[in-house]
Amino acid sequence: MSLARSAAATQATVGGISYGPGAEAARDPRSDLARDRGELPQRVVSAKVSLRRRILEIWGSRELLGFLVRKELKVRYKNSVLGFVWSFLNPALILMIYYVVFKYFLHNPTPDFALFLFAGLLPWNLFNNSLLSSSGVLVAHAGIVKKVAFPREILALSQVGTAICYFFFQTCILVVFLAGFQVLPAFGYIPLLLFALVCDVILSAALAVFLSAVNVYLRDVQHLVEVLLVALFFSPPIVYAFADVAKALHDHAWFRWIYEANPLMWIVVSFQRCLFGKVIPPAGKIVKNVSPLVNGRLQPYHVLPTWGATPYWTGLACVLVGSIAMLLIAMVIFGRVEGNFAEEL
Amino acid sequence: MSAAIEVQHVSKRFRLYKEKYTSLKERVVHAGHLPFEEFWALKDIDLEVNPGETLGILGRNGSGKSTLLKCIAGILQPTSGQILLRGQLAAMLELGAGFQPEMSGRDNIFLNASLLGLSRKQIERSFDEIVAFAELEQFIDNQVRFYSSGMYVRLGFAVAVNVDPDILLVDEVLAVGDERFQAKCMERIHQFQEEGRTIVVVSHAADMMRSMCSRVAVLDAGEVISYAPPGEAIRAFRDRLIETGEAGALPGGEEEGAALAAEQAAGGRSASPQPVILGERRVAITECRLELPAVDREYVLPGEGLTILLDLKVRERLANVAFGCAIFAENGSLLFEGDSTMLGDQFDLEAGSSTLIFQFEELPLLDGRYTVNVRVQDGGGGVVHAFREPAATFEVVNPGKTTGVVALPFTVHLKTQRRDE
Repeated sequence: MSLARSAAATQATVGGISYGPGAEAARDPRSDLARDRGELPQRVVSAKVSLRRRILEIWGSRELLGFLVRKELKVRYKNSVLGFVWSFLNPALILMIYYVVFKYFLHNPTPDFALFLFAGLLPWNLFNNSLLSSSGVLVAHAGIVKKVAFPREILALSQVGTAICYFFFQTCILVVFLAGFQVLPAFGYIPLLLFALVCDVILSAALAVFLSAVNVYLRDVQHLVEVLLVALFFSPPIVYAFADVAKALHDHAWFRWIYEANPLMWIVVSFQRCLFGKVIPPAGKIVKNVSPLVNGRLQPYHVLPTWGATPYWTGLACVLVGSIAMLLIAMVIFGRVEGNFAEEL
Repeated sequence: MSAAIEVQHVSKRFRLYKEKYTSLKERVVHAGHLPFEEFWALKDIDLEVNPGETLGILGRNGSGKSTLLKCIAGILQPTSGQILLRGQLAAMLELGAGFQPEMSGRDNIFLNASLLGLSRKQIERSFDEIVAFAELEQFIDNQVRFYSSGMYVRLGFAVAVNVDPDILLVDEVLAVGDERFQAKCMERIHQFQEEGRTIVVVSHAADMMRSMCSRVAVLDAGEVISYAPPGEAIRAFRDRLIETGEAGALPGGEEEGAALAAEQAAGGRSASPQPVILGERRVAITECRLELPAVDREYVLPGEGLTILLDLKVRERLANVAFGCAIFAENGSLLFEGDSTMLGDQFDLEAGSSTLIFQFEELPLLDGRYTVNVRVQDGGGGVVHAFREPAATFEVVNPGKTTGVVALPFTVHLKTQRRDE
């Protein structure tokens, strides 16, 4: 009797369970079993949790995600004199440093270089901020991980959410920039930019979930990530032009293939195409003192890839598929090790 | 009606690392031979809790009771087996877990309640109630780091009980705030019980269990040794304590064991200041035994009698001797002290062996472990010839539901005066 009941309950719960209010939305209303039991939400605690259940649980906790993001935004610059201004000031100062170094010390010839830099830094900052803060997030929140039951991926995702908020603050500065340079973005490429943003978020989330879990067991990861991110910064064309790399790797198909396998490259280049494409279109532009002189004629100067819109879309589509796969794998791994978090912390 | 909580064959394994290697270097250096021992904190636990029931989980430190509670709460995942829960659950494992000191009380209520599984709408609905319950109306917009520790836990408790759970898990956190707030918390718990919600309480305080719970599960070394109404379960708990020697030496047991037990009982300090032997050691207490009223059990029921037997070895004749006895409660407080002169008796001890008998007709005591001290002294007082402290311990197990120290027989009557109109 008891066995039969529990078996039935288990089956019913596969349809929808949650830690809280999400249960009502997730439960299958057609289930007779659900009605039999009254309107009580169901939960199963066991060693194996299906991926589908994990996703439903995260979806059920989306409000918690919102509260956690708000908490991060409130707490991060609390008690500093400038407070919230830092969330604008910080990226602006970094931009300035890069600008001075690469424009004046290393003589990057790109006109409106600040804008070019900004276009690349936007998606990079999202990725960078997500990973930097999420790798240590479970350790930092050990108190609640040990004492409260909720889908712990939320903590890693809240760091990505916070990074998204900063992304939008920076976008505000960008608008001011564009107005200052009196440059319009390539409006036709705005859907591409949004698509690239989605890819960026999912890629960041995948790595954030993975790294946060691994860091519980190997605390080195947090420090390793800091170093790796510095190296990774130079992998997409943020401070240099894609065309330079393309030229250099022209005869090395293998290297070029590796370079283009970098998902960040596609995301960054898509942003640049939309925001910077009007300054120097892919077809190139004659720029005084910069354009190469061949046979007495000025050749067009390239910054962006010379291809049309389609390769961007196909490239990003690959990135999206890969990122989603990575996110699912990361969640499976997270689920495997989650059961021991409370002991390991 | 199906059970609110079904614990099915739940086992939990911990790995006890002799040393914890969390850095990469250490992991590489010690790769392959991580020094850990497997430890089963829970072994194949099966429990069913019906809706509206209050289950107590009782056990010693390290018996697995908190692990079980954490598994039910979903904080730990069982290594095998599963737990089915019907209804919204709120766990009070630590009050105010996840409070952000930098944020205001208001923001923290939202964050904390959301962590416990409430939706924004639900929080907004019960927000005023939470603030009123925590009595923090004035300070709700202050940063939590300026709160006193009392305010902090009050807020934590207020959020937890206002989650409106069907199942409430409580981990020995009821002792928060001042007495008035404690009473308020207990009242809220009783209200929960009346409303037919399911409560699971973890504690090692047997008395609280008795008054609160409808059933008690006793855990020992990760196994349920009893799952029964409180009286029976608490008896099983104490039996197990006695079996494993933690309740102190059995009657006639070794002196060291008794001393250790009494020391534990008194929280490390001895029950009373050690008397100084002023006599010339002409008499020695060779053994102290307890004679329990029933042979088939090793505890005393409230109201039963007890006999203390002292074997004495007298080297030299002693005239006008008095025998004293004292009984201490677990916390070291003196419950009884008396000696033979108070009864008007006078004894002379002849050289050789004698046995002295202290007889208590009736011990009106309730649950607990009690320590006995005995002494042989001069009839005029002053000179102590021999003493043994603690001489023995005994256990009283109360099958009823009353709590406290003294078993007072009582009845309740109601007299209604008819109004003559």
